[in-house]
Amino acid sequence: MNEFLSFIKKEFYHIFRDQRTILILLVMPVVQIILFGFAITTEVKNTQVALFDPSKDVATQYIKDKFQASEYFTIVEELTTPNQINEVFKYGKVGLVIVFSEDFADNLLHTGEAAIQLITDGTEPNQASMLTGYASGILSLYQQELMEQYHAPFQIVSEIRMLYNPQLKSAYNFVPGVMGMVLILICAMMTSIAIVREKEMGTMEVLLSSPLKPIYIILAKAVPYFSLSIFNLATILLLAVFVFNVPVAGNLFWLILLSLLFIFLALSLGLLISTLVDSQLAAMLISGMALMMPIMLLSGLVFPIESMPEILQWISAIVPARWYIEAVKKLMIQGVEVRYVTKEFLILAVMAVGLMLISLKNFKTRLN
Amino acid sequence: METKNKTPFPILHSHLLSKSYGSVQALKNLSFEVNRGEIYGIIGPDGAGKTTLFRILTTLILADKGTAVVDGLDVVKDYKQIRDRIGYMPGKFSLYQDLTVEENLRFFASIYRTRIEENYYLIEEIYKQIEPFKNRRAGKLSGGMKQKLALSCALIHKPTILFLDEPTTGVDPISRKEFWDMLMRLKAQGITILVSTPYMDEATLCDRIALILDGEFMQVDTPQNIIAGYPETLWAVQTDHIPRLLKELRNNPLVHSAYSFGESIHVTFNKEWTPNGQLSGIDYPFEKIQPTVEDCFMLLSKK
Repeated sequence: MNEFLSFIKKEFYHIFRDQRTILILLVMPVVQIILFGFAITTEVKNTQVALFDPSKDVATQYIKDKFQASEYFTIVEELTTPNQINEVFKYGKVGLVIVFSEDFADNLLHTGEAAIQLITDGTEPNQASMLTGYASGILSLYQQELMEQYHAPFQIVSEIRMLYNPQLKSAYNFVPGVMGMVLILICAMMTSIAIVREKEMGTMEVLLSSPLKPIYIILAKAVPYFSLSIFNLATILLLAVFVFNVPVAGNLFWLILLSLLFIFLALSLGLLISTLVDSQLAAMLISGMALMMPIMLLSGLVFPIESMPEILQWISAIVPARWYIEAVKKLMIQGVEVRYVTKEFLILAVMAVGLMLISLKNFKTRLN
Repeated sequence: METKNKTPFPILHSHLLSKSYGSVQALKNLSFEVNRGEIYGIIGPDGAGKTTLFRILTTLILADKGTAVVDGLDVVKDYKQIRDRIGYMPGKFSLYQDLTVEENLRFFASIYRTRIEENYYLIEEIYKQIEPFKNRRAGKLSGGMKQKLALSCALIHKPTILFLDEPTTGVDPISRKEFWDMLMRLKAQGITILVSTPYMDEATLCDRIALILDGEFMQVDTPQNIIAGYPETLWAVQTDHIPRLLKELRNNPLVHSAYSFGESIHVTFNKEWTPNGQLSGIDYPFEKIQPTVEDCFMLLSKK
């Protein structure tokens, strides 16, 4: 046990004495989340809005003024018939169409309920859900005002429709995505590089000729990166909540447990890579090609899985990050109960155990 | 212990070891024995199979064929116990460059489940030379100091047998000499040492040497016996123009062999012809010399 602890200590020395490693480990996650975050939030300012208002009453006018006053929206067009909706999306630069129901104010005052439709272009799901999010915000502010005024509940039923991609996507897609990417990168890439470095530097020869148990070598490599990943997880969550106001809607405990499972999986993956290659460069390339690319392209981070060709959807099923990102979206953004992510939990657990067994079996007690 | 020189018994023996890498045969049916308490040198050029042999004996790779026993333990079956008892210093400097001298030593002591203080007497002579630099990163040490640190790390658990793969390659002559002085002291402590080197001058410091070429031992004996067995008379000629003179000598029908040796050329002549210090057409004087292990090696490798 003593030798194990001193091995871990040595690993921390390696990490903290190499500025590049520290930079990748601690700064990259922050930079990534800030880049992704601001890239998205700057896009929605002054979105052009078209609206169809068959009621033309005091309530709809008030809402229109609210939208006009908002920094996010500029009303540019009033439609005369709903048939124009498709056209403005096709030809215009309109990002959002608001459709009021008939007799809006009347319904609102007398039944306490009125309907409104928010239509966006679903081919850009991130932006679309961001827009509907802001629009819903304006509407609920109005609701609140009414409530204070009349001391009775009013409800504006806003129906959100995404043209071309009806699946509702979260506005905060990027947070689960970045979590998936950063954790895979740090755990898998850094662990594999750390192990392969011993091979490349020739120190593995000495370690293997010593009575040190090979399992200790693996575990001692994994422990520092595991703890740093937890640190990163905390950083990302704090940034998401306090800088980008992404709420943690679900249960934090399950979110963290899910992330720990994913970190374990990533470590197993890194371990597997380290048993397959002999140079740090190869480890980096494999991590880059085999991990980064699928995560970027197939995990739903950039392109929604639902809009992929079926064959790619099948391939994406073997990308662990896909399941993690999906589960985080559900747990963190949608705030569902944990039983709705049982499938993702199980898939990740099976993958993690499988990878760990394969790599332990692959790890040689001798040189190749 | 006191009988170790009179009735030697092997601490290590191998039987018909073979190992191939693709079409290259690194070791060919190698059988040999190392006696307890001796310094056994394996002498040969790069690519002769020295490192392969060391890796098989230190349980790092498996031989294709043959068996080897180290300290009574089979290198395949009992590899775990062997790893407790051996010290190994690979040819490539293999300590952690970003760790300090002391951190390296402490780490290696810990993975052998011991402490620096426990066997300090064994490494004291070596370590006290580098101790003033104990807070320096290992990567910033000179070649000689690196080797001393590596040796300290390989010794810290008091191994019964020490494997040193080309420990003095790339080390300055003074450090090389100091290094060998240390090996002598370790031998006096009863530690068996198996050492490989491409430097023939170090061979004479071993108790016994094996001359290895292309995965085969050409000859195994004490350095003195190997030198005494040199069958021909050896001459040396000094010159500033080695390549030109070498060509001339090799074209001379009286010359049996000629090869460069540092700043001189070593020459043997056909039959009993004696140049008497001169050879027609050559302006430089010849001098009769004692052969070295390298001369023996050159002769054997020609066969």
